[in-house]
Amino acid sequence: MRNIFLFIRRYFNFLFFVVLQIVALSFLFRYNKFHEAAFMGIANETTGMVGARFNSVEYYFNLKRTNDSLVKENTNLRNGLRQNFDNPDTTQRIVADTMPYDTLGHVRKYMWRPAKVVSNTATLQNNYITIERGLNQGIRKDMGVISSTGIVGTVVDVSANYAVVMSLLHRQNRVSAKMKKTGETGTIQWDGESPFFLTLINVPKSAPVAVGDSVITSQYSYLFPQGIMVGTVAAIVEDKTSNFYTMKVKPATNFYSLEYVTVAENLMKDEQKKLEEASRKNQ
Amino acid sequence: MSEFLKNIIRFALFILIQVFVLFQVPFLHRFITPYLYFLYILWLPFNMPRVGLTLVGFLLGLSLDYFTKTPGLHAAPCALIAYVRPFLVNILIQQEGADKNYRSPSITSMGWAPYATLVFVLTLLHTGYLVFLEYLNVGSFLFFLGKVLSTTGVSLLLIFVTELLFFRKEKFRTNTA
Repeated sequence: MRNIFLFIRRYFNFLFFVVLQIVALSFLFRYNKFHEAAFMGIANETTGMVGARFNSVEYYFNLKRTNDSLVKENTNLRNGLRQNFDNPDTTQRIVADTMPYDTLGHVRKYMWRPAKVVSNTATLQNNYITIERGLNQGIRKDMGVISSTGIVGTVVDVSANYAVVMSLLHRQNRVSAKMKKTGETGTIQWDGESPFFLTLINVPKSAPVAVGDSVITSQYSYLFPQGIMVGTVAAIVEDKTSNFYTMKVKPATNFYSLEYVTVAENLMKDEQKKLEEASRKNQ
Repeated sequence: MSEFLKNIIRFALFILIQVFVLFQVPFLHRFITPYLYFLYILWLPFNMPRVGLTLVGFLLGLSLDYFTKTPGLHAAPCALIAYVRPFLVNILIQQEGADKNYRSPSITSMGWAPYATLVFVLTLLHTGYLVFLEYLNVGSFLFFLGKVLSTTGVSLLLIFVTELLFFRKEKFRTNTA
């Protein structure tokens, strides 16, 4: 026993170092499963606050670009209004669809909430975005996030007033997408090489694909509604051994100048997930 | 200003500059991430106990990790270089008792060549370990090699510029003072 204590005292520096290494590595490799490990909740609040302070300065440099994109989005939305279309038929009338259920049986599936981006990186291997809207403001885990031009990522961690979004520029990011022209679905991921290009895989080679084709979100994702812009095909990687295309996709979102994003809440997600879980268990 | 207070301010400054300046630098190449924050560990005083040094290194890395949302990724390499630093200083220091007469490692206290060696070895260790942890996810040897070499190069350049811009005057301390 005495020798053990002597050993610990003699090699205390080294043992302390080893303990710290073990702590650090366990944080690193358990993080994805246990978000609450390593006091991430408190840390989010603090780093979020610092980020918000910094952003209040940085915001001025992006005002012009932010304004431009908001004007464009407004124009897009206004063009979609029903008032724009002439109705010679008097039996049709405009119905404002603001209630969760209307008399025709339409059910609201997506609820949108705006959020300010307070911290953002695009140059690392795994990029996260912090937004100033959290549990208290109705954000939960696994919600989709879009910008005015395209999709941004998924909410992975929430604290009281801030939420952390896994950007599309993250190695573990997987989003179901499809070709706008023909409807073949594939998966969007990121290989970590360049923040200017995403990778689209699993689109069968039977589909006619050309550079410049639009890629939109597919109907299989419960994070995003169908048909939101992901990006455009920038290059098709030559691979004769596979029956599937690998495509470089230029993201529609500019990850460098994100100022405002919109968070999509799928109100039917829980029901869908529960049903899928149940049927998986029954097999 | 006391040495302790100075180090606390330095800690915050290094983290903030790393997060809000160097990580915001537009994308250069996938091999290059400019790192400077670990220079803080190199600037810590000679007379710090080894356990304290390792702990401060770990905390520095962990606070950066909370900003990048990758707990442990920077903490592990920082603890490593903080632990290794005293051994290297012992080997590299030339004059007898220079670590008693000066406060912290710098060009004046250690001399040009030994200090440059210390910086080079610790930078290489830091990036090597950091990229190795990233490499476990990536799994491409070319990526590993390229990233270690180019990131080390960029970090060394940054450290060199910092040392020139913020030249630390080290006073020679004697027993009588």
